[in-house]
Amino acid sequence: MTRFVLGRIGFYTLIAVLLAFFTIPLLWLAAAPFTSDPTYEVRVPDFTLDNFRAILEHPYALPSLLNSLMLAVGTALLVVVFAALAAYALSRVRLPGRDALLYALLLLSSIITGTAAMVPLFQLAVELNLIDSQFGVILILTGGLLPAAIFMLKDFMDSTPKSYEESARVFGASPLQIVRHVVVPLVRPGLATIAVWAVANVWGNFLMPYLLLSDVEKQPAAVIMYTLYTEGGQANLTLLSTFGLLYSVPVVLMYLFVSKKYGFRFHGGIKR
Amino acid sequence: MAAIELRALTKVYPGGVKALDSLDLAIPDGEFFALLGPSGCGKTTLLRTIAGLETATGGAVVIGDRDVTGVQPGGRDIAMVFQDYALFPHMDVTDNIAYPLRIKKVGKAARQRKAEEVGARLGLDQLMDRRPGQLSGGQQQRVALARVMATQAQAFLFDEPLSNLDARLRLEARTFLKKLQRELGVTTVFVTHDQAEALAMADRMAVMEAGHIRQIGTPAEVFQRPANTFVAGFIGSTPMNLLEGTVGGDTLEVAGCKVPVPASAEGLLTDGERIVYGVRPEYNTYSAEPADGSLGGKVVIVENLGASHLVTLEVGDVLVQAVVPEGGEPSIGADGFATPRRDRALVYRDGELVSA
Repeated sequence: MTRFVLGRIGFYTLIAVLLAFFTIPLLWLAAAPFTSDPTYEVRVPDFTLDNFRAILEHPYALPSLLNSLMLAVGTALLVVVFAALAAYALSRVRLPGRDALLYALLLLSSIITGTAAMVPLFQLAVELNLIDSQFGVILILTGGLLPAAIFMLKDFMDSTPKSYEESARVFGASPLQIVRHVVVPLVRPGLATIAVWAVANVWGNFLMPYLLLSDVEKQPAAVIMYTLYTEGGQANLTLLSTFGLLYSVPVVLMYLFVSKKYGFRFHGGIKR
Repeated sequence: MAAIELRALTKVYPGGVKALDSLDLAIPDGEFFALLGPSGCGKTTLLRTIAGLETATGGAVVIGDRDVTGVQPGGRDIAMVFQDYALFPHMDVTDNIAYPLRIKKVGKAARQRKAEEVGARLGLDQLMDRRPGQLSGGQQQRVALARVMATQAQAFLFDEPLSNLDARLRLEARTFLKKLQRELGVTTVFVTHDQAEALAMADRMAVMEAGHIRQIGTPAEVFQRPANTFVAGFIGSTPMNLLEGTVGGDTLEVAGCKVPVPASAEGLLTDGERIVYGVRPEYNTYSAEPADGSLGGKVVIVENLGASHLVTLEVGDVLVQAVVPEGGEPSIGADGFATPRRDRALVYRDGELVSA
């Protein structure tokens, strides 16, 4: 009996320590923005709003959030549209070597948005006159996310019965009408998942905008965060914590909203 | 309304599987036509080729007086009910029924009116706001039927229309479907693997095997005079007795017994020829005493069919079945005699029916 109790106590202590690793940074993020002169420790906040006033006065902080939003929404839009069309085609047309193609794309895409292809991507952007262009960043991020999005969506498409589309076809619907009237509504949870995943990816991406956007006014929040230093070259915890909170809230809200509306599913299929 | 004609229709799948082998078939205007066969015989491929969902490798599909072989499904003026009904799960009953009209760019008000009219006709008026997921199998089938009716197409194609219903409902739906087809008078082709369904519903039917049509005829013709031993074995809820025998003058020697040459084969047989003698259990008269031209043996199995019994006799080393009306069933082990009706018995030579 004693052994059991001690075992339980040990187990819960271990869980508590593990959880602390995740909770304390989050607690800091929640508390520090409301604390005057925050440090690295988690303290009970004195609920000042001065930090928020300071961040509002920062010339690039709020516009950078708007930039982030633009990049994220633009990329998500392109990813969803192209991935849906490509996944539908790949799911319905039998191509020799289709699966190999998908896997190769998936493998390569983890390099394309990654650090490895940094130099050639920069070169490419220079040649195409896409330096300092938000559209250029959107295109490159879209390219990087598409393979994985196609891969996930194809699974959704595979699990919707063909008879729906054939039925619409016999009634005279064109391929695009079939996609609009039948396929898209059936895979809507999949599209929502892909959109959220793309937004979250872009929102957190630092390297590509840092590399391709030198104009501060165009830089997204992830890059601006990197510039929040005091005159002394120290990390400005007041601005960093406050901006960090503002930076994470939209993504959390989006997750909650989409999860409530569609529920997250990484597999397709409709109940029949 | 239109007739359907198939000319030397051939479908070869990539990989060389010949699903349809140069089929010729004419279905007159307004007919209720069944495509019957075991699974893999090509009946569904045939239906899908008529619909245009499969492209013919050779030959022609003519609907009305228009060759539609190269026309997309939507341009053929046909409507199809799929085996799983393919009702769109994200649309309610009204929108489902109205969908073909939406494709035809009919205004919203007009197509809603049409959907309600057709829905009411099929007894769906209380269900128009429901989604397919909230309907029973029978209701889903009626929605699918209402949807094809709303198209006002030249011809209807049904792929296994009853196979998703449970046994009880299937009988009701059978009657309902036949009545509806009669009222609408639209040429309708349906696919089934259930011979009872085909016999019950169709005006005419085609029995298929391995990409070929083995017999075309009315249910009565196909039931009473199967053109070959394949059809003979496939049609009928109790399989036909097919017994090997030899010709000896005006009698046949079958399973060690002598039976008279059937009326249909009289004068067409040569002495000593090897044949297959076929008679349906329903056309065998059972008796406890030997009769003229009867097959005698021991009763080995008695199966209850409800209003009648299926009695299996061991005659020599073959089994012969006879249907016995209720009350007259023998006990197992008794001696029994089955006398084939001479006007219903058939003779097959090399698998094909011998007849004038």
